Amino acid sequence: MGAPTIAAVRDAIARGETTAVTACTEALDRIAARNPELNAFLAVERERALERAASLDRLPPEAHGPLHGVPIAVKDNICTRGVVTTAASKMLAGYVPPYDATVVERLEKAGAVIVGKTNLDEFAMGSSTEHSAFGPVRNPWNADATPGGSSGGSAAAVAAGLVPAALGSDTGGSIRQPAAFCGVVGLKPTYGRVSRYGLIAFASSLDQIGPFTQTVADAALLLGVLAGADDRDATSAAQPVDDYLGALTGDLSTLRVGVPRALLEEGVAPEVLQAFEAGLQALKARGAQIVDVPLPHARYAIPVYYLVATAEASSNLARYDGVRYGYRTPDARSLKSMYLRTRDEGFGAEVKRRIMLGTYVLSSGYYDAYYLKAQQVRTLIRRDYEQAFETVDLVAMPTTPTPAFRLGEKTDDPLQMYLADVFTVSANLSGLPAISVPCGRAPDGLPIGFQFIGRPFDEATVLKAADGLERELGKS
Amino acid sequence: MSESLTREEVERIAALAHLELTPDEIETFRRQLGDILGYARQVQAVDTADVPPTSHVLAGLPRDREDALRPSLDRDVALSQAPDAAQAAGLFRVPRVIG
Repeated sequence: MGAPTIAAVRDAIARGETTAVTACTEALDRIAARNPELNAFLAVERERALERAASLDRLPPEAHGPLHGVPIAVKDNICTRGVVTTAASKMLAGYVPPYDATVVERLEKAGAVIVGKTNLDEFAMGSSTEHSAFGPVRNPWNADATPGGSSGGSAAAVAAGLVPAALGSDTGGSIRQPAAFCGVVGLKPTYGRVSRYGLIAFASSLDQIGPFTQTVADAALLLGVLAGADDRDATSAAQPVDDYLGALTGDLSTLRVGVPRALLEEGVAPEVLQAFEAGLQALKARGAQIVDVPLPHARYAIPVYYLVATAEASSNLARYDGVRYGYRTPDARSLKSMYLRTRDEGFGAEVKRRIMLGTYVLSSGYYDAYYLKAQQVRTLIRRDYEQAFETVDLVAMPTTPTPAFRLGEKTDDPLQMYLADVFTVSANLSGLPAISVPCGRAPDGLPIGFQFIGRPFDEATVLKAADGLERELGKS
Repeated sequence: MSESLTREEVERIAALAHLELTPDEIETFRRQLGDILGYARQVQAVDTADVPPTSHVLAGLPRDREDALRPSLDRDVALSQAPDAAQAAGLFRVPRVIG
């Protein structure tokens, strides 16, 4: 839809053809024009962004960072100092964080201008952005379709060309699924590749922050800025950060890509299968070798994910008690009733459902049968990938079993909503890097995503393959 | 293959989770949690003899940082987001605990 890429904005500023203030003003104007219909942004920081852009314009060229003057949007579950951060929950309406997330510090240090905070499913729990306390987001390609979720605001903002890039978070597919539904690139890095400090926690063993962009090259550029160890997140990894842009050679001739054929036999829409096969042909045309891989336990990924993620969520969300921050019920007369009513009034239905499910599977009598069992099957899912990566460099599958579904289609049946995450959750359970890259369209025009999953900390190969696919598909 | 939950079980879980649910919510969650648990029960059929549980996917141990003094949030700042703070006393205020 015609917005500039990160590289285009930065280069135009470097050549003196535009300024950070102009690039920022243009982004803010596009947001003002389209957001009333899309509801992608919960907050737009016009004055703050323009002040920051003006200060960037005063810097000498040698002080320009890799994102100099680039307007970027940030999902509203990532803390921004002095800027309201709600996680799309009534529980945190009006909450102003006293600190920046590490990723926000890194973006700003690289010269980015944060223009606003994007809409999401409440506390990142959902696959459609319909569970936001502040109204659903619309898919830019079809106003009756969801943008996916939970990072639906970030995906829609990039797809509609409002900003060149946005940050999201991915716990079970919350970057890759909306990227697929909206026709943009979405990258979930390896667990530990990017600091989670300042990310409002949902499921701490699965959550990871990553970028939405229009091109794979922009995703590589952003990951280079975001990645690296952080003293404030003990789970962030010390592994060296590769030259991701340098990995994008377009040559896939040494690449072995595994396809879990058995997993695709049921429940995948014909237009998705057709686009996926066309993607595999494009990889072959670039020299990649395609082989079958068995992932025998991947069919259990959905139940394992919803048992593990809800258990962690029930623990993480215990902190919202109406005492230190956020919402408090107006008229409770005892401490106990204040807790209970604050939580009932502050949380939406999906969040309560997951807290209930997580509390149930952790409770005495059910722990072994559900939670412990799920953790053991999680081990088997990880081992399947370890075995696959002995013979292949990447695993490929569709990002989602269908293109974007309609608003309201799955809201009354939570289990149907959960089943839509079938291809994305196993990368989170295994901690692996994964990307969704646009790969064709359904007959009605809705985008379709192609997913690569890689070895731990091998984002370079994931990005290289996605870039090769993007180049090959772009030729036709 | 839905798991059948009673209203009492749902109320017990809600109490553990510190949620005061309305009667309608209790009925909805009774049905929906039953459906979801019924679906999730398929993991119980997997042979996991001698399989250790995965609770995290870190390649090694979590990182240690140097145990050095560093600035933390000022008390005023920490209190600034509280729904009811006694700023001057430096306290969070809550409803009466003892009758």
